[in-house]
Amino acid sequence: MPGERKSYTAGPLDASAPAEETAFARLSARRLLTLAGIGMILAGMIFGDIFAVFVLHQNAARVGTSLSSAAQSAAAGDAAAVGSHFKDTGAFLENRGTKVDTHVHLIAFGYLALMLALAQPWVKLSEAARRRLAWLLVCGAALLPVGVFLIHYVGLAYSPLEAIGWASIFADLGGLMVLVATVGYLAGIVQHFRTRQPLLPDQLLGDRSTPARWLLAGGLILILAGFIHGAYYAGVDLYRHEAADYTILSQMSAAAAAQNQAQINQSLVDYGQLQGDKAVKIAAHAHIIEFGLLAMLLAFFQPYVQLSEIWKRRWAMVLLCGSLLLPVCVLMEMKFGLLAGGIADLGGLFVILALLAMWIGILRYTGSLDAMPSGVQR
Amino acid sequence: MSARQILLFGGIALAILGMSYGLWYAVFAEHQALDGIGHSLASGFQAAAERNSAARESSLLAYRQAKYTYDRQVDVHGHWIGLAMLLIVLAIAFDHVAFSEKLKQLLAWALLLGAALFPLGVLMQTWSHGALPRAIAILGPALVIAALTGIVVGFMRRQAA
Repeated sequence: MPGERKSYTAGPLDASAPAEETAFARLSARRLLTLAGIGMILAGMIFGDIFAVFVLHQNAARVGTSLSSAAQSAAAGDAAAVGSHFKDTGAFLENRGTKVDTHVHLIAFGYLALMLALAQPWVKLSEAARRRLAWLLVCGAALLPVGVFLIHYVGLAYSPLEAIGWASIFADLGGLMVLVATVGYLAGIVQHFRTRQPLLPDQLLGDRSTPARWLLAGGLILILAGFIHGAYYAGVDLYRHEAADYTILSQMSAAAAAQNQAQINQSLVDYGQLQGDKAVKIAAHAHIIEFGLLAMLLAFFQPYVQLSEIWKRRWAMVLLCGSLLLPVCVLMEMKFGLLAGGIADLGGLFVILALLAMWIGILRYTGSLDAMPSGVQR
Repeated sequence: MSARQILLFGGIALAILGMSYGLWYAVFAEHQALDGIGHSLASGFQAAAERNSAARESSLLAYRQAKYTYDRQVDVHGHWIGLAMLLIVLAIAFDHVAFSEKLKQLLAWALLLGAALFPLGVLMQTWSHGALPRAIAILGPALVIAALTGIVVGFMRRQAA
């Protein structure tokens, strides 16, 4: 049974396709996209964890405080102070928004890189062209999140434009680079299918090992669960949340105009609850689908993970457990508070550790591949 | 066109559409939208400070509309690209689905149609509050969920075999 192999190698390196088509050789497009893709996902997840622990809640508290101050200033009839407090709120929200965008884009570009790594046998371009496109994608995928992260700090300094600063300009340039690289790969795939060449068997796509099957099935079920939860959220909560957002702010401002302190305080509490409820539901939906997609992608890369079979299974299971634990516990945060939040963070840590282990396994594989004398196949 | 080709071409085309939309949005619309949200909310509370009830109401209504539009425009970008990635991964995994090629093609078309329609319906909601955009935004996820359920069943059949 192939799944029971105790070998530390990832199977024969001479995949059925010719070397220039699918090889994982040094500096090949597939190797670059694979290693950079997993690296970007890891960086995005670690950044997300740091953001969640050190920035998210503190920032939410500051937004709440400045909104409260704005309401109190409105009650006192000080319109200038209201404007100043909302300026602070805008800055806090920008700080939060750009960090969320950094986290999301790093991970999404990592997924895109992994997918394009898998699609390499279908790209009918020379290896040099594919490698150039891979570098373009990786550079753009790094530039955009770094640019977005810097938006809050750079602002409009020395900008030639009225509303967009240099950090935004570079972030947009990064997005354009990724877009051009993706269009380039699409053109290569179209070319492949136009020439009606049969697809050569690929080592990655043919893997049927136990961890690969677990990851594929688990990932698919996580994605389906995420979609059903998203549909439920859109049907039951979305419009209610939107209406409540307006109603609470309207009540708060009316209470400020009437100098009704009790109502202002109640509205502030309600607003905080609403934002929390919205945030956990959207985060649970997004994370369960993202982790499902990640599990499915990693299923294909199992032949490159140079770890023993038992450890490949363990890490697959750790990844799936973490992928379920995080969204479920995030959903429970409103009810169980920090306890659920702590367990959710643990789930995130499981995913990061499993991903790191698989990345190291792939690095070991590249190391053993590069150590072989040229022309020798294992 | 094989089921795999439908998903692969459809997925990459959707990814390009989502990225192009995101790029356009970031350059030409996002900053203005965020300014509009912040400005209308601040104006509402400033009007409250000036005890001007009519201005307060109209500013908060403008805030509500701006926020409604902004949330949907961001969702369109995220969902088009997210669904595109799902399509590409499923294209690669479609060998694992144990159905006839005809049924696989049907599932692939349903998935692609749902993935294209859902964000489009959400985007259309920013232009019109009528029933059609909402119906499209409901039809899209229904197609995606139905097709995904079929794929899970096909995948389980393969596992059992």
